[in-house]
This record gives sequence, structure tokens and C-alpha cells, in this order.
Amino acid sequence: MHIVDGALSNPVLLGGAVLAVGGIAMGLKKLPLERIPAAGVLSASFFVASLIHVPIGPSSVHLILNGLAGLVLGWAAFPALFVGLLLQAVFFGFGGLTVLGVNAVNIAGPAVLAGLIFGRLVARGTPMQGAIWGGIGGGFAIAVTTLAVAFSLALSGDEFIPAAKLVFVAHIPVIIIEALLSGAAIFLARRVKPELFAGSKGGWT
Amino acid sequence: MTYVLTGEDKPLTGFGALRAAVSSLDPRMRIVMTVIYAITVVALDDLRVLSGALILSMWLLAISGLPFQKTLKRMAMMDGFIIFTLILLPFTMPGTPMFSVFGFDATWEGLWRATEIALTANAVILAVMTLVGSMEPVTMGHALFALKTPERLVHLMMFTIRYIDVLREEYLRLRTSMKLRGFRPGTNWHTYRSYGYLVGMMLVRAIERSERILAAMKCRGFSGRIVLLEEFRLTRTDVMFAGAMALALAALIWAEVAYAAA
Repeated sequence: MHIVDGALSNPVLLGGAVLAVGGIAMGLKKLPLERIPAAGVLSASFFVASLIHVPIGPSSVHLILNGLAGLVLGWAAFPALFVGLLLQAVFFGFGGLTVLGVNAVNIAGPAVLAGLIFGRLVARGTPMQGAIWGGIGGGFAIAVTTLAVAFSLALSGDEFIPAAKLVFVAHIPVIIIEALLSGAAIFLARRVKPELFAGSKGGWT
Repeated sequence: MTYVLTGEDKPLTGFGALRAAVSSLDPRMRIVMTVIYAITVVALDDLRVLSGALILSMWLLAISGLPFQKTLKRMAMMDGFIIFTLILLPFTMPGTPMFSVFGFDATWEGLWRATEIALTANAVILAVMTLVGSMEPVTMGHALFALKTPERLVHLMMFTIRYIDVLREEYLRLRTSMKLRGFRPGTNWHTYRSYGYLVGMMLVRAIERSERILAAMKCRGFSGRIVLLEEFRLTRTDVMFAGAMALALAALIWAEVAYAAA
């Protein structure tokens, strides 16, 4: 899901950077000092969770879980996921520097969107209902991310359009797995610690 | 925290027997120069000039004191992710045909474009890893704060850095206990549900841990201010290094313009 330096055109890079700054500012505004330890620890756990490789047939995929991050953190998912991307670029060499803005928008944007749309639904009703909405939210976020990646490639040049289409098709199994996993994770969290979610009373927002 | 990904026992910081040239430089200057370098290299188009940039990055790696092979291996891992898109490019870009596979024409233009992306991506990420990635993560946080990054974002980053290792260990403990109970991953509902519960459990434990952290911090009078333990100072060596980098970048830009005119 990471785009590297050199592939995108300058207007796309600039647009991504501007949007990312806006998203980070918005996220930080919704993040009082009291919440920073929780956001930091959750950001770290999403970082670790993204290293889990889930088997699928003979191959395996690694998780992104941006939808789950959005459901739990709300707007704060934007800076939290941005930090993860920054650390990945700097210390692991994944992604790049000038594309950091675009990557943040592509991954954190859908996370926040999923949080805004499904956040309340996940926290309401029985754990099972919450889990179903959570699964939909998780799948939704990763689907939007894939589309956004394809879109930013296509905006940069027509030569990328076939690649962009392939990226989307190749990610359909990932979307399904992310949805199943997010749903299961939310089912457990709803039963054990219902106040985890952004939409719940006394939780985030 | 680097070993999170590789499972190796030591982070990739440049503390060897030889005191590395880069790690003694001012972290703020390193971050600023890296950003300028990245923006410049992304703006370059000529393949010869980009090769020059990659050589410059290699030289940075050589003086950074980072383990040569390991860093290059990490760079190659990134190439593994993008190789698919790059291979497709010659077939999707219009231009002079080079050869054809199953009726699809590969073009020279597409090949050049793919090479250009590969060179740019590698040159930039190598410079990022050597100039910024060779810092202690905490130093990077302090340097970013000194460069006027919002305080809360730096706090968030420092917390993330601090707890990645802790949570990684927690994850491994949970995996061990799953293994003890006979869990074997496969392509089935049971696996996905178990992984989902694993992630859910990690989140629950994370939030409970953060409650304890907040209580401990409040107890010690945390006010949200970042306390800098060391003051950064720009020395003559820093200025010389920045000057040399700027000169090298100017040379790259000049070469680009000269080749474009030719």
C-alpha cells in the first residue's frame, strides 16, 4: 500500500502533503493531553499488528487494520497512523519521504472516514451487532485505501492505470480478511472492554 | 526499535568501534538536509543524474557507520514491493516498441520510466535511512521538536516509539500461549477469528496499559511540556557537511539542466 518516491507527479505530492497537514492538525485538535498516552500506545499496537502475517491459501498477507484504528481512535487515527508511516519510512525504509503526505492521506483518511461513519454503530447494540458493523467498517476502510492508492497513481499518469486496476483486484482478498479480523477483534473488545471505542460513552471523540 | 521487523537483536544505529561521521552531526541539520535532498532528487529526471544521486546516497551510507549489507538488504525489501508495478510499466506506456510478450509491446519509454522510479526511490530512501534512520528514535523526536513540529505530535511519536517494543513482546507472549494451546494458522474461519481476538486482546491490554501510564505520569506532575535533555548545537563540522551536501545537490541540478539542454 505504500507508494515510493519518484512515482507520483508533483501536483499529487503537493496535494497529498497539504491534505495530510490538515488531517494531522484536525486529529491533534481532537487529542487532549490526557489522551496522548492512550493514543500513543494504541498507535504502537497498530504498528505491531501490521506486522502480523495472516495465511491465505499458499501465500500470506500482512494486515493494515486502518479501519480498526479509525473505529477506536476517531480523528486521532490520522496523526497516529501518520507517525507509524513516518517511523516505517525512516527506520525500515518502507515508502518514502516526499510521498509521506500522499501515503498518510491514503491510509489514515479512510480510517478516519470509517470512524466517523461506523464509530457510533460499533459501540451500540449487542457485541455481535457491533462486530458486524466493525467488520463492514474494517473492509470499507481498506477498500477506500486501495481505491485511493489506485487513484493517486492514475492521477500521476495514464501509464499507471493498468497497474492501479491490478492493485485493486489483488487486494480483494485482503479486504475480506481485514473485514473478518476487524469484526472478530471488535467482538472481543466489546465484551471485554466496551469503553475502548470512539463512539462509546466516556470513550474517545 | 528497528528489530521489530527483522527479529535481530540490535537496532541499526551507528554505534560501532569506529565513531561514525554521520552520528556526530547535529540531528536537526541532518533532518533538514534529508528533506532538501529528497525534494531535489524527486525533481530530477535524467537517468545519468539520478545514478549520480544514488552514488551520493551510497557514499552517505559508507560514512554513516550503518552496517552496509543489512541496510542494502532493507532497501532491497522495498524494491520487492514495487517491482510488480515497475515490471508492468514498459507494457503500459506508449512509445517505441522494444519487444513483445504475448502480443503486448514493451516500450523503451516505459523501461526508462521504470528505471527512473527505481533510482529515485532507492536514492531517497537510502539517504533517509542513513541520515535520519541512524539516529536514536528519541533524538529524532527531540530534533523534530526543535524544528517546530507540534508538541503533541512529537509526544505521540515518542509514545509510539517507546511502546512498540513493549507491545511486540506482548504480542509474542500471546502468540506463544496460542501455540501452547495447539493453534496452527491456516486458511479458515478459525484462524481469522483467532487472529481477530488476538488483535482485540492487544488493544484491550494497550488501553489498560495506557491508563496505568497516565496515572504514573500524573503522579510525577506531567504537564505536557517536552523536556530536552540535551541542547543541539550547530558546529563547524555541521556547517561544512551541510555545505558539501548543498554543493553536491547544486552539481546534480546543474547536470540535469546541462543534459536537458544538450
